[in-house]
Amino acid sequence: MVPIDYYVALSAVLFTIGALGVLTRRNAIIIFMSIELMLNAGNLLFVAFARMYEALSGQIFVFFVMTVAAAEVAVGLALIVAVFRTKNTINIDEASTLKG
Amino acid sequence: MLLSETTTTGFFQLVPWIVFFPAIGLLINTFMPLVMKALKREWGEPAVAITGVTASGLALVVSVLQFISLRAAHGHEQVVGVADWLNIGSFNIPWEFRVDTLSVTMMLVVSGVGTLIHLYSVGYMHYDVRYKGDPKSYARFFVYLNLFIAMMMILVSGNSYLMLFVGWEGVGLCSFLLIGFWYTKNPDATDGTKNSYAAKKAFIANRVGDFGFLMAMFITFWHFGTLSFSEIFPEVAHYSGPDGLIWWIAGFMLLGVTGKSAQIPLYVWLPDAMAGPTPVSALIHAATMVTAGVYLVARSAPVFNAVEGVHVLVALVGAATALFAATIAVGQYDIKKVLAYSTVSQLGFMVAAVGMGAYVAGMFHLVTHAFFKALLFLASGSVILAVERGHHPLEETGDAKHTGHDSHHDDHDAHHEVFDPQDMRNMGGLRKRIPWTFWTYMAGTLALAGIFPFAGFWSKDEILLDASHFEGTALVYIFLVIAAIFTAFYMGRQVWMVFFGEPRHHAAEEAKESPWTVLVPLVVLAVLSVLGGFMNWPFKEGLEPHAFGHWLDYTFAVSTGHEGHFPEFDFGVAIQSTILAVAAIIGSWLLYGRKPLKAGQTDPLAKALGPIFKGMNAKWWVDELYQAVILTPYEKLAKFLSQTIDWNFWHDWFHEKGIRDNFQRLARFLADPVDLGFIDRISHWLAQGAQGSGGWLSKLQTGYVRNYALAVFTGVVAILGYLILLR
Repeated sequence: MVPIDYYVALSAVLFTIGALGVLTRRNAIIIFMSIELMLNAGNLLFVAFARMYEALSGQIFVFFVMTVAAAEVAVGLALIVAVFRTKNTINIDEASTLKG
Repeated sequence: MLLSETTTTGFFQLVPWIVFFPAIGLLINTFMPLVMKALKREWGEPAVAITGVTASGLALVVSVLQFISLRAAHGHEQVVGVADWLNIGSFNIPWEFRVDTLSVTMMLVVSGVGTLIHLYSVGYMHYDVRYKGDPKSYARFFVYLNLFIAMMMILVSGNSYLMLFVGWEGVGLCSFLLIGFWYTKNPDATDGTKNSYAAKKAFIANRVGDFGFLMAMFITFWHFGTLSFSEIFPEVAHYSGPDGLIWWIAGFMLLGVTGKSAQIPLYVWLPDAMAGPTPVSALIHAATMVTAGVYLVARSAPVFNAVEGVHVLVALVGAATALFAATIAVGQYDIKKVLAYSTVSQLGFMVAAVGMGAYVAGMFHLVTHAFFKALLFLASGSVILAVERGHHPLEETGDAKHTGHDSHHDDHDAHHEVFDPQDMRNMGGLRKRIPWTFWTYMAGTLALAGIFPFAGFWSKDEILLDASHFEGTALVYIFLVIAAIFTAFYMGRQVWMVFFGEPRHHAAEEAKESPWTVLVPLVVLAVLSVLGGFMNWPFKEGLEPHAFGHWLDYTFAVSTGHEGHFPEFDFGVAIQSTILAVAAIIGSWLLYGRKPLKAGQTDPLAKALGPIFKGMNAKWWVDELYQAVILTPYEKLAKFLSQTIDWNFWHDWFHEKGIRDNFQRLARFLADPVDLGFIDRISHWLAQGAQGSGGWLSKLQTGYVRNYALAVFTGVVAILGYLILLR
């Protein structure tokens, strides 16, 4: 059986990759994907610890996270489409007109 | 109550109408001109005159009814309540009329003489308003005259000192209004004839007297707790309180008397009061108002009887005034001034009489004096009018329809030389030109001089008789006898100068007799001046003896607690005073009648007496003395108070320097260092801090989502780091 440390390490790597993706990339789609990556890193930890403690609640929580993520994607993609229609780009640096 | 059985009979319930009738008259004459003007009609002189005379005449009718009722009630006093006036805690002053023999006597004099003078004014004022160029004032005159009658009635009929005081002040107001009746006329005169000046003088001199009256009232109320006659008088007799309290009441009351009745030292206003129209001089300043002081003393007889010493004081004041004013009257040239000082002198006789406790004699002289002095004043008005008419020959055509014409004359006359129609040196020889006026004037003169059998003889003789028995001091009798000699002399002088000899001015030459409305009151008053003395017939035979004395004694016997005694007629006193009066008249004939004055000639008495005559003529410089001793220091004090104390000290120093400047300094301190330097700076700091930090912080708002995300991450890492590592 794979030790829990490996899961935690993988999750940390995935989360870090996702976070760096959100912070560094300008393409909205890619940022979205990075967010999904971070969510799934979290999911991985939930599942891993649920298995380790043999508790079902962690696994159930993952379903909720996936549901919320799906909803978020739906809203997010709609936003990206709307931004694209007005600006002809999905570079999020272009959507900075509310700055002080 | 003792009186209730008789109150139901008689006309006593009508007594308030002696006030209401004149009040209605004055209201009609005040408002009807306005109403008629609104209706595009005129409330003309006949309407004004009928209203005014009727109002006064009805008051006379009511007074006569009171007299009849009171006779039927055998002189028992009646108190008729009208309304509650003041009701403050235990202080209760109802408006009550007191009908007793004393007040009814005054009512009859006031309304009787008053009505005659109203009638006289109808004719007199018709001309006077035209000579003065102001016919609109006709109604105003009758309004004031009616107001005077109403106020005088309140004065004589009130049942408390406060009601008496209401009338007292009311007649003072009327006096002021009527002395200053022509307040716009003669504005350039600098002497006392300036009308508004004379009015103010009268008012202020009376204020001094009123102060005394008020003090007397305050002390009375303080001690007795009431101002009602019916309650005070029974208590005064068996008074037991602080020593001298009653003396102070009587003394302060005497001060009030000297103001209203023109006695030393406050008499100075009365001669100047002659600036008013002549009917006013006759009614207010000779017959009625000025006798209010005499009435007050007579009314307060129990108070004056209750203390020793005050009798002598009052009698001396009266006698000294009688003599002093009589000497001044000798030196006057103004026909009305002579009569004015004569009035002061005769009032002195009355005050001396009531001061000696001879209330009947004082009241008797009051009544007869009201007849003959009103007569003399009205006749002098008729003389003035006649001379005035001689001076304005065109005026004869001027009757009520030619009012526009008359004002034209007045403009025209402004170019003439200054002519004084009251100066006796401009008269002379009027006997044949105005015979009615002359004969009535003679009746008044003989009455005033005290020649048998005219009214003044009886009343003055009674006063002299009482004075000769007076135990206080012999000075009173001496003063009064000498005053009586002077009286006869100056009246003789006046008659010779005015009516005899040759005219000394074309105005006197052209003088014309007055109309009947002026002459009828003269004739009536002349009859009264001849026969008035018989109402107190001093002999047992013939007429009813001492009728007037017994009549008044109904009141005085109740109020003073003892029956009056009526001294037998003393032929010694009577013959002595008659001889002296006749001698004085002969003396005046020697000086003025034998060789009548020529125009421009100096007074023969001036040559004979020299500086003494100058003193008489200059009124013994009393006005100047008052000016120097009282007025000038007073004005200086007022100036000092206004200029130095009020302006320099309070305004300049205290308010401007002290308060304003220091306040400005404080305000400047609060405004500059405190407000600008401190408080404003704090808010500036706040504003600048917010602005600066805002500007700096706004740089964080880059608009790049990843920057925000980085911040969120950093924060999460920091919080988690803290939670995990440091706890």
